[in-house]
Amino acid sequence: MNISIGSLQLKNPVLTASGTFGYGEEYDSLVNLHRLGAIIVKGISLLPRRGNPPPRIAETACGMLNAIGLENVGLESFLAKKLTFLQSINTPLIVNILGDTVEDYQQLADRLNGVEKVAALEVNISCPNVKQGGVAFGTDPNMAHAVTKGVRRHFSRPVIVKLSPNVTDITEIARAVEEAGADALSLINTVLGMAIDIKTCKPKLANIFGGLSGPAIKPIALRMVWQVAECVSIPIIGIGGITTPEDAVEFMLAGASAVQVGTTNFINPKAAEEIIQGIGTYLAENKMASLQELIGRARRA
Amino acid sequence: MPANQQKAEIVRTEKLTGDIFRFTLMAPDIAADARPGQFVMVRVGEGLDPLLRRPFSIHQVAEGGLLQILFKVIGKGTKTFACLQPGQHMDVLGPLGRGFEYNTYREHYLVGGGIGIAPLLFLAKQLLKNNVSPAIKVLLGARTKEEISVLADNFGDMGLKVLLSTEDGSLGKAGLVTDLMSPLHNENQAMVYACGPYPMLQAVAAVSRGKNWHCQVSLETIMACGIGACLGCAVLPADMNGYVHACKDGPVFDADDVAWL
Repeated sequence: MNISIGSLQLKNPVLTASGTFGYGEEYDSLVNLHRLGAIIVKGISLLPRRGNPPPRIAETACGMLNAIGLENVGLESFLAKKLTFLQSINTPLIVNILGDTVEDYQQLADRLNGVEKVAALEVNISCPNVKQGGVAFGTDPNMAHAVTKGVRRHFSRPVIVKLSPNVTDITEIARAVEEAGADALSLINTVLGMAIDIKTCKPKLANIFGGLSGPAIKPIALRMVWQVAECVSIPIIGIGGITTPEDAVEFMLAGASAVQVGTTNFINPKAAEEIIQGIGTYLAENKMASLQELIGRARRA
Repeated sequence: MPANQQKAEIVRTEKLTGDIFRFTLMAPDIAADARPGQFVMVRVGEGLDPLLRRPFSIHQVAEGGLLQILFKVIGKGTKTFACLQPGQHMDVLGPLGRGFEYNTYREHYLVGGGIGIAPLLFLAKQLLKNNVSPAIKVLLGARTKEEISVLADNFGDMGLKVLLSTEDGSLGKAGLVTDLMSPLHNENQAMVYACGPYPMLQAVAAVSRGKNWHCQVSLETIMACGIGACLGCAVLPADMNGYVHACKDGPVFDADDVAWL
């Protein structure tokens, strides 16, 4: 069940997605954190962010919309208050970073490069819920390239770039990010959407638009993983509505080397552990000796 | 206090009125640690729609690991719950959040509106362990008699004084629950514990301030995880400095700490 993402060695291919797993400690009594492939923590910015006004979430068919607005404690508070717990867990820590400028990303990378526990960075260029930065970097190949290059230069361990689905051609962004030196890609972030309350005649989210996640977006995510796998040679981490081992297997068949479990953590905190177990069972039942036989198999068929 | 996830067997279902149900669950791990004002997150079946867990105040706990929730059928989730039968199971996460602070003051006003009455029965039971019943008054409001008559009897059976109001005048005083507060006079320092719809809580907080009563409110917000991970349940605090979160910092807040918008 071992897998490498660049130079990052994981004991299994199941990671918890940023923004759905807090700073790890929230799940301590519900999940065996030591079993996870890696923990990706809530996106961190240089300074704390207060996030968007409520209501921030709305349930939709087989999914949910969120417009949290990247509320986070900020880099210094993360290092001072959240890191100690994560250091006590025998699971690689991946820190998701976000900024308004290329310099913000570089400063975050530089500072986290000095923190040994941080095994890799996931660069968030795809949050749909903030006005500046975020998705702006993720929808323009030149800006995506510039951010990736900046982080690459300041961080010596693996750099993963998280892509937005809210683009005309995701492969264009993927290629730009690979060319800039990313070690891996994670996709997809949430799909921009909205919901309206017909009783109040108002949008359900104060932010009007939010990011759709959950099983509703799985087919979109799977298609994008397939497309990106076609055109890059770096590993892909598949994300989008994964709730069962079968979902994870689908993503790996499409070409993902690993997967992230996101929204499902809210509903079934044990999902990531069940998926780890289930992928192992699938390999055994289908007489596959390793994950390598699974990854991209549907493409070879 | 760590949260537990349990497959809880439904021991008993009660239909209190047309759309209000009380379920008794066997959830020893959760019941053992539960405090009044805390809540649980309950999964809606095994399917993907509706997707999110539903938050419910802990209505009561009892010996033998029993835990009760009270709910009104409003949408798809609660409709599904209402069809469940004894012997079936619910996937329950809890106990969650910060409950009521109690036993510091000598007079207690429990103020509930509609389905918001749920956590007050548990609170009343705990208060009775350290207080004499005349020190506790229960003020309940609803739209109609049907919504509160059974619950009013539950408090009455505990030997507590219960004042009632209904908007249609079918039981107790015609009007709002705050109309019951206005004539009251306290001799000792008083604490108000309020749970109900937002406009009611806002009004209860205002009346309490006028009477110099300390007031705690249990806020209901939309939430996805219940454990502080999704940050969906943001509440604007009185100092307007960032947000607090109903699932971790609440659901019970000091009324003075909330920016009532």
